[in-house]
Amino acid sequence: MTTMYQDRPLGAGVHDPATEPFFAATANGSLRIKLCVSCRKPHWYPRPLCPYCLGDTEWSDAAGKGVIYSVSVTRRAGPIPYAIAYVRLDEGVTMLSNIVDCDLDSVCIGQRVHVVFKPADDGTMIPMFAPDQG
Amino acid sequence: MSIRRKACITGAYEHPTRKAPDKTVAQLHAECARGALEDAGLRLEDVDGYFCAGDAPGLGANSMADYLGLRPRHVDSTDTGGSAYLVHVSHAAQAIAMGKCDVALITLAGRPRSEGSSGVAPRLTGAGTPDVPWEAPYAPVTVNMYALAANRHMHEYGTTSEQLAWIKVAAATHAQYNPNAMLREPVTVDDVLASPMISDPLHRLDCCVVSDGGGALVVVRPEIARSLKRPVVNILGAGEAIKGQLNGQVDLTFSGAAWSGPRAFEEAGVKPSDIQYASIYDSFTITVLMQIEDLGFCEKGKGGRFVADGNLISGVGKLPFNTDGGGLCNNHPANRGGMTKVIEAVRQLRGEAHPKVQVAHCGLALAQGTGGLLGSRHGSATLIMERA
Repeated sequence: MTTMYQDRPLGAGVHDPATEPFFAATANGSLRIKLCVSCRKPHWYPRPLCPYCLGDTEWSDAAGKGVIYSVSVTRRAGPIPYAIAYVRLDEGVTMLSNIVDCDLDSVCIGQRVHVVFKPADDGTMIPMFAPDQG
Repeated sequence: MSIRRKACITGAYEHPTRKAPDKTVAQLHAECARGALEDAGLRLEDVDGYFCAGDAPGLGANSMADYLGLRPRHVDSTDTGGSAYLVHVSHAAQAIAMGKCDVALITLAGRPRSEGSSGVAPRLTGAGTPDVPWEAPYAPVTVNMYALAANRHMHEYGTTSEQLAWIKVAAATHAQYNPNAMLREPVTVDDVLASPMISDPLHRLDCCVVSDGGGALVVVRPEIARSLKRPVVNILGAGEAIKGQLNGQVDLTFSGAAWSGPRAFEEAGVKPSDIQYASIYDSFTITVLMQIEDLGFCEKGKGGRFVADGNLISGVGKLPFNTDGGGLCNNHPANRGGMTKVIEAVRQLRGEAHPKVQVAHCGLALAQGTGGLLGSRHGSATLIMERA
């Protein structure tokens, strides 16, 4: 079975004080995560206060590389099938995302992936992940 | 301080409707309230505590308490999704133990079937929900947020689709005896595997029904329960928990039942092997499997083997579950399955389940609920009850 990735409408990005610096970075091709300035732990999803200690947090560039923790190809939630996944970044946090630019039926847990950016309906660049070659 | 034997469930009612386009949600709540109070042998004016969750229309408990004509001296609108009604039973027992009320009414109702709700529709979340900007673009829907947990479970422990299908087979075996069940036809493992794939690895028959309806419970002080005509069902212990993404250390191998379950068993002073009947929330087959492991009915990772070969079928297996047909076959009112889980456990303890599925001499039962999404963030509640 082959289910080639197709673009689907992503809706508009949500722009608020919590997301604005993140989407400013994705517009320039960069994925950022948050670190606590007190306890230095990374967390996901990004928050202005650390969910470990309620300390202030700062942005940090992530390499955009990781491994698929779990994945599911959703086939009947609309006309276009898509692969929803949790990707564990090499920085040690796991984020919900989509796996793109491949045969979705070939995607599996444990696969190495790298970040790519797909435009939402309003042009906001949304980080997604594609399998590494080989 | 514990709630052990401090309060009793004396009224339980499941609305028979599965499709109610001509009734409002408020009316369904009221019909459930009437049913549970009639079952208990109590009157509306006896109620001095009221509990409802997010399915209740209006602001918290305000609108429904007024609509029902109540003058409660204790209210609680805790909302942990489908697990909320188990939390309400626990909170009602706490309130009764503290003297804050004597007769607590808990209601649930909804019309997702008439309103066209679906497990593949985007989940509506209020503006300002903090996780939405980070997740909505990836199209999480109800079913794929359970499928992610199922795939990880299969990867870690070798769980199979055939094993998951046995959960549906057991529910359907029970549902054939429930005249109100939405799906009454028995199914086979092959039927489940042949049904359309919705989101890998969950097929259509791994998913619960979408139904209109509701239910209600009445929780009272033990002296009141003993003065009424119904069999006395004691609340022995309860636990609750919220499990989320763990700050990005996502772990889909366990549910919040791993936290709420031990708390309930400790308070009740019993162990999993003592339980004679279990209502386990079955939004999807994987939900049941993970909660069974997390409650300690089997070792973590061995749930697939545990649920296979009819082990959940009453009269056949070791752990009779969801003898009303559960959410998979009977009813999932308001897309919140916790209420019906408690109701069937009460039927079992009273000896009032269908004779074909009644557990002999059922003296100790458990009800387990989750609410929200197994794969991202959910509430969990565990309730242990005994026949006095």
